Amino acid sequence: MKRGRIAYQGAIHQVTQAADRRVRLADGRLLNESEVSWLPPVVPGTIFALGLNYADHARELAFKPPEVPLIFLKGPNTLLGHCAKTRRPADATYMHYECELAVVIGKTGYQVAKADALDLVAGYTVANDYAIRDYLENYYRPNLRVKNRDGCTPIGPWLVDRDDVPNPMALKLTTRVNDQVTQQGTTADMIFDVATLIEYLTSFMTLNPGDIILTGTPEGLADVKAGDIVETEIENVCNLQNTIVDDRRFFAHSEKRS
Amino acid sequence: MITHNVGATVYGVILNDTVSLQKIGTLDAAPYQGAPQAPALYIKPANTRAAGGATVTLPRGATTVEVGATLGLVIGSAAARLDAANALEAVCGVVLAADLSLPHASYYRPAIREKCFDGSLPISEVLPLPDLSTLVITTEIDGALVDSRSLADLIRPPAQLLADVSEFMTLAAGEVLLVGVRYQAPQAGEGSRVRLSAAGVGSLEFSIAAEKIAADTGVKS
Repeated sequence: MKRGRIAYQGAIHQVTQAADRRVRLADGRLLNESEVSWLPPVVPGTIFALGLNYADHARELAFKPPEVPLIFLKGPNTLLGHCAKTRRPADATYMHYECELAVVIGKTGYQVAKADALDLVAGYTVANDYAIRDYLENYYRPNLRVKNRDGCTPIGPWLVDRDDVPNPMALKLTTRVNDQVTQQGTTADMIFDVATLIEYLTSFMTLNPGDIILTGTPEGLADVKAGDIVETEIENVCNLQNTIVDDRRFFAHSEKRS
Repeated sequence: MITHNVGATVYGVILNDTVSLQKIGTLDAAPYQGAPQAPALYIKPANTRAAGGATVTLPRGATTVEVGATLGLVIGSAAARLDAANALEAVCGVVLAADLSLPHASYYRPAIREKCFDGSLPISEVLPLPDLSTLVITTEIDGALVDSRSLADLIRPPAQLLADVSEFMTLAAGEVLLVGVRYQAPQAGEGSRVRLSAAGVGSLEFSIAAEKIAADTGVKS
């Protein structure tokens, strides 16, 4: 089953995927995907993200692959639904997408063995964890000014049930910018796989339903500009679309707090 | 009375006081290659929250913990792109907080195991906003005074910190921004009783225990 969250006619709805690019509300109404506002498919708990979790990407950035998972956290301000707009600040010179398999936790667990780790998973979705490299600093890197910006982590549209993704470690990832393929990889190339990450995190902290783990991105980064349409897709999970906007458009109508 | 939303995100900042900057020494060389420009932030997620009176259990393999005594600004209304001149209007109160960290001398990579283990943020209830410029927070471990810090030496005082953080991220109502912790703060060990206090604010007490017992572990529904 594929589940999503939308805003429609003044209310938030949990929906499931229906035929012909439609969504089904709980009361049976069918809506065209184009007439709804997509929200992140889950209300997030703690959001984890992985740095350098694909060997080819680590090489691309001239880093040695890490020996323990390089994990950082993100706040709920970062998330954005499908088909929304992400701001590229006027002073940015290098802003790149990152297509990532997102793991959504469905049960509570502490000190979970690797063999049991996938029992904790509710399902999978797709995230695009944008980074603006101009703001990189070497304190708790990647620092929050790069990775915790408002709306710089589109996610969704669907949360796909775990059992519908029998092998999460063999999924093709593809990013297209304006219909041109710019990034391709497979989750088979992760350095620390999903089960290992859950075992590692629960060795010192409790994971709870709604927690999300963004598992890193393979090589193939490229700068994106205002107006670009960025699609991040993972085979058998979903295709997430986002559009880049510049400050002029983003702040076209605004006033400071008084 | 304001009720603190214990599920909300807590943000913190490092190297925001002159004592810590002196202690860490030169930042020109690798890996830092320069002093921080933007506030150097970290996140304490929901699982880290502990109430006053709690016993905090250290993760497997850890025997000591740094006690980063600090004050948290509790956000009362969504805060983005604030000006320092009126940034404190977005704050509805404060919390006294002990940001516990497994000792780590390097700030280069995110310190998730070190800073995000269960219970690593004992925190008071939400209290009215005091005069922050003269506030002094003391730390006692097993009855001995181990640290006394004044918020007068902050590099970015609370209003400036809020302005600089909210320049790139929105702080939501109920979220908390800790104003800074000491580099290599005093350490407590298993069995220690810790007490933070600040005149005009209140106090926060908790104790430290060894690794969790096996009955707490595994997958739960």
